[in-house]
Amino acid sequence: MFVEIRLHGRGGQGIVTASEMLIEAAVLEGYHGQSIPTFGAERRGAPVVASARISDREVRRHGQVYSPDFVAVFDPLFVFRKEVTEGLKEGGTLLVNHRQKPDFPQFRVIAIDATKIALENGLVVAGWAVVNTAMLGALSRLLGMISRRSVEAVVSSKWKGDLGSKNLKAALDAFEGVVA
Amino acid sequence: MIIATGNHAVSYGVRAARAEVIAAYPITPQTQIIEKLAELIQSGEMRAKYIRVESEHSAMSACIGAEACGARTFTATSSHGLAYMSEMVFWAGMGRFPIVMAVVNRTLAPPWSIWNEHTDMLAQRDSGWIMMMCGSAQEAHDTTVMAYRIAEDERVLQPVMFGLDAFSLSHTAENLELIDQEVADGFLPPLNPESLPVYMDPDNPVTFGNLLGPDKMMEFRHLIKEAFGRAKGVIEEAAKDLSNATGRKQHGLIEDYRSSDAEVVILAMGASSGDCKDAVDILRDEGIKAGMVRVKTIRPFPGEEIASSVRGAKAVAIVDRDYSYGFGGIIGREAASYLSKKPLNYIAGIGGRDITVEDFRKIAEDALASAERGELGIEKWWGMRGFEG
Repeated sequence: MFVEIRLHGRGGQGIVTASEMLIEAAVLEGYHGQSIPTFGAERRGAPVVASARISDREVRRHGQVYSPDFVAVFDPLFVFRKEVTEGLKEGGTLLVNHRQKPDFPQFRVIAIDATKIALENGLVVAGWAVVNTAMLGALSRLLGMISRRSVEAVVSSKWKGDLGSKNLKAALDAFEGVVA
Repeated sequence: MIIATGNHAVSYGVRAARAEVIAAYPITPQTQIIEKLAELIQSGEMRAKYIRVESEHSAMSACIGAEACGARTFTATSSHGLAYMSEMVFWAGMGRFPIVMAVVNRTLAPPWSIWNEHTDMLAQRDSGWIMMMCGSAQEAHDTTVMAYRIAEDERVLQPVMFGLDAFSLSHTAENLELIDQEVADGFLPPLNPESLPVYMDPDNPVTFGNLLGPDKMMEFRHLIKEAFGRAKGVIEEAAKDLSNATGRKQHGLIEDYRSSDAEVVILAMGASSGDCKDAVDILRDEGIKAGMVRVKTIRPFPGEEIASSVRGAKAVAIVDRDYSYGFGGIIGREAASYLSKKPLNYIAGIGGRDITVEDFRKIAEDALASAERGELGIEKWWGMRGFEG
């Protein structure tokens, strides 16, 4: 088993955190993981990319991910950007934070309104809906090898108190609510 | 098992090694190392003195002073920081202070770049430091602890710097098994101040660093040469002992991967060696006998060890993520002087361009085809893109 995942979002949306939490959850399940941040200077609001690898063997390679099996788009406005689907394997999964399912016949497209989940759970920082935990929950479910319990463990150890319970609720709402 | 970036893996290694004085100045992509150390000291998880300095030159100066008083010291830097530190890097090497330094390998400007290249560290290769290069976060962690054992070994007593590739290792989070503190303590005894070539003992005041005439200097330098001669054995011994202590295979001078019966061997270094191993497996599945040798230690240079590992190969492809202008790939040129057959030298990944599994696969095929045509001893800049306009 060897899965490559690419996350697209804006600087400040927490995609690197989501990518690290994703592989932490995978490691709890006994897998090897690797989280690769944008290789550059990050700027708040600008398009950024993070990637991840999950494998049942040691991940030895350190190059970037060029042909992912999964792509997750954190910002609804980025869904039709060219680089988002670039290299995504035919039949690969495209998870978008969007109210409607966009039309990409060559991929398995799944839409989840992570912005709504974040807002419902009061996850707003500096006027932005913080969607990364909801996206983490949805992505974990779609990957198939990460249990609800591991998502719970990773989110709970990352944030404590009120922020912790809001993030946990968002992650689990998405985990349960995402429809494959 | 935890998840940590290569940078944090180093910080946890410094904690396991019980470093007592840390003096450092932040620079991308190294900053995470010293930020984490500051956190560990602040929270009381680590007992050490953190000295904030105004430059890398001062960071190394502070390390030299602290080491001379018998403290185990650590610093980390990168690229321009290392270049700025260079004068004191030589002081530490020639003065035989067993300091340990992590270097996150980054391109030197201009044009401005924060991305990966090995030239920053290799430009310091004549400074009297033992030099190593890591291939994974796990190895960065383990090598941090191993570095102190090598540096402080009474047969060596030279500083050790080890490299991590910018971003692809420094900022990439991977599985990491921390060394148990008990295991680290058993492997790495406390520093014995009396063994230091330069030990500043207030009860026995002496001066160091005086003018030394041509009548004695050569003999002083010869002592360093002899220490580097002994270092090879000490490095292999430390790798073996740490392998036994941790249950993880540690590499000392080189790592040999499927090269014993290989027709084509790639000589790789750093984080991309993992991509190279994946390429070797793919080539083997396709029926091409490929192998890899990884340079773990750069100084002392493992020339004989490399030569012995690639002896049977038809083609040797040396991949350099560095360059000595007017000479060639630095590892390629150095290794070539030990090989009976001329290797092919591939210059790749300059300025942080990715070297992928596919690149290594194609390099191996290109090297085999070149060898069949009798075209050896050639330098190729891999994956050049045409200039427009």
